[in-house]
Amino acid sequence: MSRYFTKDHEWIEVAGDTGTVGITDYAQNQLGDITFVELPAAGQAVGKGDGVSVVDSVKAASDVYTPVSGTVSEVNAALESEPELVNADAEKAGWLFKLTMADAGELGALMDRAAYDAYVAEL
Amino acid sequence: MNAVNPSGWRPERGGTAPASSSPTASGDRGLSLEEPLIFELAAPGDFGAKCGVDFDEPDVAPSPSLSRFLRNAPPALPGLTEPETVRHYTRLSRQNYAIDLGPFPLGSCTMKHNPRLNEKMARLPGFADIHPLQPHATLRGAYEAMAQLADWLTTLTGMAAVALTPKAGAHGELCGLLCIRAAQLAKGDARSVVLVPESAHGTNPATAAFAGYRVENIPATADGRVDLAALKARLGPDVAGVMITNPNTCGLFEREMKAISDAVHEAGGYVYCDGANFNAIVGKVRPGDLGIDAMHINLHKTFSTPHGGGGPGAGPVVLSAAMAPFAPLPFVTRQADGSVRLIEEADAPTDHPQSFGRMCAFHGQMGMFTRALTYILSHGADGLRQVAEDAVLNANYVLRSLEDVLDAPFGKAGPCMHEALFSDAGLAEGFTTLDVAKGLIDEGFHPMTVYFPLVVHGAMLVEPTETESKAGLDRFITSMRSLAERAKAGDEQLKSAPHFAPRRRLDETQAARKPVLAWRGDTPTC
Amino acid sequence: MKLETKLRYLPVTSADRTEMLAVIGAAEIDDLFVDVPAEARLSGLVPGLPLHASEMAVERHMTGLAGRNVNAGEVPFFLGAGAYRHHIPASVDHLIQRGEFLTSYTPYQPEIAQGTLQVLFEFQTQVARLFGTDIANASMYDGSTACWEAVAMAGRVTKRSRAVLCRGLHPHYVATIRTMAQFTGDKVDGRSPRLEPLPDVAGLIDAIDGETSCVVVQYPDILGRVTDLAPIAEAAHAKGALLIVVVTEPVALGLLEAPGNLGADIVVGEGQSLGVGLQFGGPYLGLFGCNEKFVRQMPGRLCGETVDADGKRGFVLTLSTREQHIRREKATSNICTNSGLCALAFSIHMTLLGGEGLARLARLNHARASAAAVRLAQVPGVRVLNETFFNEFTLVLPVDASAVVEKLSERNVLGGVSLGRLYPAAGELAQGLLVTATETTTAEDIEALAGALQEVLA
Repeated sequence: MSRYFTKDHEWIEVAGDTGTVGITDYAQNQLGDITFVELPAAGQAVGKGDGVSVVDSVKAASDVYTPVSGTVSEVNAALESEPELVNADAEKAGWLFKLTMADAGELGALMDRAAYDAYVAEL
Repeated sequence: MNAVNPSGWRPERGGTAPASSSPTASGDRGLSLEEPLIFELAAPGDFGAKCGVDFDEPDVAPSPSLSRFLRNAPPALPGLTEPETVRHYTRLSRQNYAIDLGPFPLGSCTMKHNPRLNEKMARLPGFADIHPLQPHATLRGAYEAMAQLADWLTTLTGMAAVALTPKAGAHGELCGLLCIRAAQLAKGDARSVVLVPESAHGTNPATAAFAGYRVENIPATADGRVDLAALKARLGPDVAGVMITNPNTCGLFEREMKAISDAVHEAGGYVYCDGANFNAIVGKVRPGDLGIDAMHINLHKTFSTPHGGGGPGAGPVVLSAAMAPFAPLPFVTRQADGSVRLIEEADAPTDHPQSFGRMCAFHGQMGMFTRALTYILSHGADGLRQVAEDAVLNANYVLRSLEDVLDAPFGKAGPCMHEALFSDAGLAEGFTTLDVAKGLIDEGFHPMTVYFPLVVHGAMLVEPTETESKAGLDRFITSMRSLAERAKAGDEQLKSAPHFAPRRRLDETQAARKPVLAWRGDTPTC
Repeated sequence: MKLETKLRYLPVTSADRTEMLAVIGAAEIDDLFVDVPAEARLSGLVPGLPLHASEMAVERHMTGLAGRNVNAGEVPFFLGAGAYRHHIPASVDHLIQRGEFLTSYTPYQPEIAQGTLQVLFEFQTQVARLFGTDIANASMYDGSTACWEAVAMAGRVTKRSRAVLCRGLHPHYVATIRTMAQFTGDKVDGRSPRLEPLPDVAGLIDAIDGETSCVVVQYPDILGRVTDLAPIAEAAHAKGALLIVVVTEPVALGLLEAPGNLGADIVVGEGQSLGVGLQFGGPYLGLFGCNEKFVRQMPGRLCGETVDADGKRGFVLTLSTREQHIRREKATSNICTNSGLCALAFSIHMTLLGGEGLARLARLNHARASAAAVRLAQVPGVRVLNETFFNEFTLVLPVDASAVVEKLSERNVLGGVSLGRLYPAAGELAQGLLVTATETTTAEDIEALAGALQEVLA
């Protein structure tokens, strides 16, 4: 299993051809209290970089872009009643959706943890 | 001597113990009054027990044909008598700040004094108690009032015509974009993109998207204005037009407005101007001279109609000659003989055939037209010019009186127009624009616009308007200076402000996570 | 010292101006306008406009204009068609003129706007209960724009774009929807009504298909007829479409079952009847209620309950991430302004009435309209079209009704709205006259209309 990051503060955890996507702890911290998460529909085909989910805080609505292409296989239904999970545990229990990846080659363009941490440190 | 002070009452100054912070039995504290919901005031279990309106029960039953449509019970709504009703709303009113109580320095929202003559005139039965579909001959004065307002608006802006019907600023934006779209379609020229600067009001991109356009941002220059070179580079056959706020939301005049218009026209596009800030230039500049094709005017901002806690607005749109044929219905025109006509659907095919259609029922916000016309007549051409000058003078006075204690990102570059923009740069670690705003509440003022425009971090946008006296501005400046110093010094009291308002800071997260949008208490049946 | 009397609304004096310019470091006022290119700056006053005028002079001018209109209170008056004349208790106008309500802005700072916010929360609850919906928003521009917003929202919810409108939907509402739809790609299926005693429910149901986003039904409809909503709701839901019900006369819901209780998913309306008055068509009050599950697709402002830092109950504008100032081009609507002061007037009037008072008011309206229908049907050549009505019904005249309205007006009777005014292109409706009676209509008024109508038709 390995984890990749985007400059837009999404993470993707890869296991086989399944990727689990969420936003980073840094992102949730910047957003503040998250009030609502709009999730994609299971079965939806998504292209790398598409805005497929929206994370609302009190004063902002932020699009979440999928780091890779694929088909949404599952969404984190717990967020519908407990959006605060993203604040509490953004990089684990606060995951947003899983997808079946179309092209694992797309992962090559993403950052690893060390690169992302260095990127965030610069912000 | 007869009986010595038989009532026992004599003046006393009382003890000197400090004011207690312990709760009172009532929950009220002197004139700080708490007020329950109407649903809690009405007799528990019997919402129908009281009523503040006395009508006799009709002596006939509803017609039998209606019987299958009747409701089983009246709506579960509480009724109150007149004294209870008056008290409820009067007590609630005291929990509001208002322009009648002090300055309302909300940049880009413009809250100026609302003259009471406006209210009196709008309530004349000849304006307030007329129906929009009466025979034309019974509405000559109403049509004439609309036409007089139209004459003033077109003359002040140097434009060819005005569409009066839009119900508010954002509705006016929509009207302007629909005119642009109709004008281009009439030439067989369908375009898909509208350019909007980053500093625009949120309504601009929302309107363009609602009208079916793709929205692209135009970058700003370092001095807070539209980047003309970037704009020119983006123009092309797919660009329907631009939406530009002038003066813009940084409180700055777009110096290159004419060059922008010329470039947009050259490329086959049209120029929409968000006229929210027309109050800064009324009587000094005619937008028509700058090549504007369409501009809405928020009557409550420039022409003092009341905003009533969030509306109603009114957003007439002045139009260039190129746009006028496409204006929505109904359309008010003055005939050669001076009489006024209201062109509706019946006459549109012959007299206004290219109209893009109707935007709302009836003829627009007449109640706002009469108020705005009253204000305009009161000021006249000379007074309106003075309005703009004093608004700009007051804003610059605030800018120069605070720029040594607050960061003014565009302050060095020159004067501002009607509003002064500051940022949170220089506040102590952990102190924000919000803290300054909430501190202002404790000082007895309504806060300025905060976190807008988006082009400045922690923006504080102060618009004093022309209806504040110098002494009033000085009091505001004194409070702002004090707050700026406290925020720079890291005064923790500020983090928990306000302390003296009817409520402390409210939990907006809880409100948004688990929305409670209606009273859900026990529902008594009537 | 010289008294500056010129401009009564401008408190900055000449001496102040000099002093302030010195603080700013400007020699004269035009130095503050340097960013305006010289060629665009007017050197003097805008030509062709009069100068300032005194309060007395302006009042004289405006009163003169007002005097050239015939106001509804002066004559027997029977107009409706989406704008109704009702008695407004004196306390309503007194209360909305309190400066703390009249001259406050949108409640962006909730700590000092609890008055406005609590009123909006009460208003939302009143509207939701009146409509039989779970929730309602804090108001919109007017009924016609609220109706369009409902159609747009149904498109977002169903991801479909074909709106089916009942024939009895107010033509101005239809026109507003058509204007918007031509720019959003929505397909609108709507036709003018036929002069029949009952609305065409079967035809409407037939028009619903698998592409339909919503069915829009006015209740009572433009001809005053009451539509049976339940079968339409069932048919719409069977095809995956939403039922939108439009109420242009909210007083009717004192008598008629609430649309939300009959299967409507979204209920919108014009709230002008309560508290607001005729005002020549505006400002009015858009009402918008819906099922709670659609809350994040709703347009317009919403007020919600919460607590403050001390745990005291308070109210805030909430779910604002739907709105234009945050979502910008992705907002659910471009609406910024609502109709707050009109919502306040509506809410006060509703509080004075209560549910029981509203029901009685509704019965009274229906009784007056019934009396008018009976009397007018006695005029030779005139027949009442409707099988059902609340306070408004359609007369079928032997001649063009538009000309009759003009002639009645010459006899100082404002006798109704001709269908020709509303449907200029539909010749078959030309003989229809829409007549409304409310609690303000007296027996003498009805007699005056009947007499004048008889004269005009003779």
